[in-house]
Amino acid sequence: MLRFIVRRSLQALLALFVLSVLLFAWLRSLPGGVVSALLGERGTPENAAALRSALGLDDPLYVQYWRFLQRALRGDFGVSNGVFRGEPALDVFFQRLPATVELSIFAMILALTLAIPLGYVAARRRGGPLDTGSVVFSLVGVAVPVFFLAYVLKYVFAVQLGWLPPSGRQTVGINATHITNMYVLDGILTREWDAAWDAFKHLLLPALALASIPFAIIFRITRAAVIDVMEEDYVRTARAKGLTPRVIRVRHIMRNALIPVVTVVGLQIGALLAGAVLTEKVFAFQGIGQALAIGFERRDYPVLQVLIMMAALIYILVNLLVDIAYAVIDPRVRTK
Amino acid sequence: MTDHLPDTGTSPGSTGTGSGTGPAEPRRPGLAGRPGARKKERIDRLAEAGTLSEEEGVSLWQSAWRRLRRDPVFLVGAVIIAAFVVLAVIAPWIAPHDPAARLLIDQRTTSNPIPGPQPGHPLGADDAGRDMLSRLMVGARQTLIVGVLATLGGLTGGLILGTLAGGIGGWMDGVVMRIVDVMLSIPSLLMAFSLAAMFARPSQWTVILAIAIIQIPIFARLLRGSMMAQRHSDHVLAAQALGVRAPAIVFRHMLPNSVGPVIVQGTLVLAVAIIDAAALSFLGLGNPDDTQPEWGQMLGRAQQYFNTHPEVAVYPALCIIVVALGFTLMGESLREALDPKSRR
Repeated sequence: MLRFIVRRSLQALLALFVLSVLLFAWLRSLPGGVVSALLGERGTPENAAALRSALGLDDPLYVQYWRFLQRALRGDFGVSNGVFRGEPALDVFFQRLPATVELSIFAMILALTLAIPLGYVAARRRGGPLDTGSVVFSLVGVAVPVFFLAYVLKYVFAVQLGWLPPSGRQTVGINATHITNMYVLDGILTREWDAAWDAFKHLLLPALALASIPFAIIFRITRAAVIDVMEEDYVRTARAKGLTPRVIRVRHIMRNALIPVVTVVGLQIGALLAGAVLTEKVFAFQGIGQALAIGFERRDYPVLQVLIMMAALIYILVNLLVDIAYAVIDPRVRTK
Repeated sequence: MTDHLPDTGTSPGSTGTGSGTGPAEPRRPGLAGRPGARKKERIDRLAEAGTLSEEEGVSLWQSAWRRLRRDPVFLVGAVIIAAFVVLAVIAPWIAPHDPAARLLIDQRTTSNPIPGPQPGHPLGADDAGRDMLSRLMVGARQTLIVGVLATLGGLTGGLILGTLAGGIGGWMDGVVMRIVDVMLSIPSLLMAFSLAAMFARPSQWTVILAIAIIQIPIFARLLRGSMMAQRHSDHVLAAQALGVRAPAIVFRHMLPNSVGPVIVQGTLVLAVAIIDAAALSFLGLGNPDDTQPEWGQMLGRAQQYFNTHPEVAVYPALCIIVVALGFTLMGESLREALDPKSRR
């Protein structure tokens, strides 16, 4: 077990190293190069020349990479030159991380609580109208662009019906104390129920749109896994032993069927991060996703650099944890 | 081509044969109780089964086609895709207007930027006064081009990496798979955004390139897995024993057997590519030149009118959804039909 963890961690480290090289290469290949990316509109020839020598851009590449790595490890990624002008890029990330974490977790919970029971029921009634209906629903879900779904939800529930707020994270001017910057959690912690409810209403539509990405995949994986597991000998044995349907369902079917779901949840974190770029933009939800969307639009490379690096870091770490969790659940993985 | 036993045919796309008749013994209603007859009957049946599998044994593709012909999921998908491709080919000749001509620009006012439906323009116009119906029809072509080229690009890259890893193996496998793992360790759509942001002047080609690159690791893994599964299978061993050269084994004996899953994946990727192109346009990373309309681009650029004139976004979005659904339905039913496990 320990060997598996060490080996898997080394793989993650290697991925991070290659990622840093790619990011370095990405930054150097940007239109106009690092200098104009850093200077933005202040890029006069004198400024550029001064910055070139200051940054040591005439040094050999490996020296430059080493310096880039040192700065990155110190958390110095430069200063935003887009909409967050003057702010250190890393600060933009930390200010906005809680919002996206809150949104992603809520979206993932929504997807899991809808997809797993539905996948189970569909598999048990394979070929029935509920099964066919939900399979078609999940296929259509894959075909709908996420940001279009987000706009439709916003148009129907916020613009036309007015049930939910169309944008933002909390009503401006509401009396709310912020501790963790996850607004719903903050409201609960400080017992400011109005603030929590208000933040929750802001969270609902973006989370629903975002949940459509993992929902379709988790539903299909659960359904396929339950169908596979139900044909296993141990399920038949359990039935023959006269165990109650509940025990068979919980202990024999779901416990085994959920193993592939665990891996998919890890992989879907990445899809959620990319989806957050689109949904947060639609709802002006001030998380990392919106910052990335703004960064792409205004070519704010210092911000993009740190956000992409951190997004990949989160993704790699989550998948490392998922793989370890997987090895704990399923011993066969360790020896592979 | 009877080199595969049905139970070694678990590798996807392998050409197993003869499982149509298989070991299941047909029931004979007229079986009498005489003791000698039973044994004779059994021998007859065995011989019959042997010849049957010679004559009626069908290849994976034949059996897949037999099932697909009657599969409503496949038929719906195929009809959608056929209509889409036909439209993409003939659209410039049947479109009522020039998609780039600003015919209704005079009707555009500050209070109403979108000219509505009217005789000659059943779907109205876009924010530049160009006929919406014509743009949608002609847009099919560009959408198809983006989808197909992005998929082909990803397939080519994946083919090279997957063949290197699965065909040569050893240290090459290690190196290639580390590259693939790192590519997969960045969320793919996020990588497409980052790649597209590298170009100072975005165009249709940067969109295609960005989407193609993120598909490479998926195709590479798929091909490598399929080839690895075949390395020790009988037909490869037989070819090796006959002294066939390694490249010939890889290209003539292993690669053709991997075509099934690649086609399935390619069909699904076509849907994803069209949707991803829309996402790139939505973030301002798409093709800024809209004289040649593309649905994703039309949808991406319609965002500013969504709350006031949703139809400008809904038309291209519906086109994308229907076509993406068509490719997905086709891919999923192909996957099921080509899966040896589901052959019954």
